Amino acid sequence: MSTLRPTLNAQDHIQGRPDAPIQLVEYGDYECPFCGRAHLIVKAVQRAMGDDLLFAFRNFPLSQVHPHALRAAQAAEAAGLQDRFWPMHDLLFQNQQFLEDGHLLRYAGLIGCDVDQFAQDIDSEEVAEKVRSDFLSGARSGVNGTPTFFINGERYDASWEPDVLLSVLQELRGVRELR
Amino acid sequence: MALEAGKQAPDFSLNTTPDQRVSLRDFRGRNVVLAFYPADWSPVCSDQLPIYSELMPEFRKLGAEVLGISVDGVWCHLAFAKHRNLRFPLLSDFEPKGGIARTYDVYRKGEGVSERALFVIDREGMIRWSYVSPIGVNPGADGILEALEGLSQGRKP
Repeated sequence: MSTLRPTLNAQDHIQGRPDAPIQLVEYGDYECPFCGRAHLIVKAVQRAMGDDLLFAFRNFPLSQVHPHALRAAQAAEAAGLQDRFWPMHDLLFQNQQFLEDGHLLRYAGLIGCDVDQFAQDIDSEEVAEKVRSDFLSGARSGVNGTPTFFINGERYDASWEPDVLLSVLQELRGVRELR
Repeated sequence: MALEAGKQAPDFSLNTTPDQRVSLRDFRGRNVVLAFYPADWSPVCSDQLPIYSELMPEFRKLGAEVLGISVDGVWCHLAFAKHRNLRFPLLSDFEPKGGIARTYDVYRKGEGVSERALFVIDREGMIRWSYVSPIGVNPGADGILEALEGLSQGRKP
C-alpha cells in the first residue's frame, strides 16, 4: 500500500479545517485534462462533505508531456507567497488552454497579487524548489499518474467519479462517527 | 516468475534506433533501471514512462540510467519517445519477438507482450530488486527509488 510521504505539513496548501476527520490530498498537473475534470469533482465533494473534509493540493507537473505544466505550478506557488494560492489554482484549472506567461501574469493581477512581486517570485529558486519537492514527494509516495489522490494518507486507486469518491469519503466519515 | 534479486542480469544487445544498439554491458559501473512495459502508446505506459523521464536527475544522482524495453519496433519507439519527450532510450525487443523478456522471465505468451516489470541492476550487473506489476497498474517510481537508495547506502566509499 502506497502512503503519503511526507504527511501533511506546514508547507502544504490546505482548504478546510486542519482537524477535519477526512483528509484528501491530490497530486495534480494544471495542464492535464483529467486533473481539470477532477478539479470540478473535488469542488463538488468539498461542498457535500463540508467541515468534515480537508483538501490539500501538491504539484506533480509532467513537464515533458505538458509544456506549460511546470510554469503553471510555479505560478500557483508564486501566488501562494502572497496568500493567493487557491484563487490562482482555480483560475489555472478553469483556463487550462491558456497557460502562457502573459496569461499567468494577467491571472495574478485579476486575483489581486502585486504583479511585479509575482513576476519575480515565479522565477525564484524558492518556488522552483517547492514544486520540485512536491514532485519528489509524489514519486516517493507512489504517485503513478495525474491526478493521484490520497485519502487519510493512503493512495486511493479506485474511481474518482463523483458518486464513487463521495460515497467512499462518506463511508469513512460514518466509520469514524461509529467509533 | 521474473528473475529475482541475487541473479546475474542476462546481457542483451538491442536496437534503440534503426542504427543504434545498446547493450547491458555498456553500463557496467552504472546502476541500471530496466523497465519492461507491454506497449508504446497504451494509456498506462504513457503515464509510467514520463514519470521516469521527470525523475532522470534523481536517478542520475543515484548513479543510475534508465532503459525502457518493449516488443515494439524501433520506428514505433522513435515516434513514441518523441511524442512523450522521453529522456532515456527505448529498446526494441522485436526480433526474435520478446527474446529478452523471455530471458528475464517476464514474457506473456498469450498476449505476445512483456509483463510490466521493473529490474534494478547494480554496477556489477547483478539484479538487486525486481517487481512485476499487475499489467494494468502503473507501478510508479517509489520502489525504484528505494531500491537505488539501498544500493548507494550499501556501497563502500
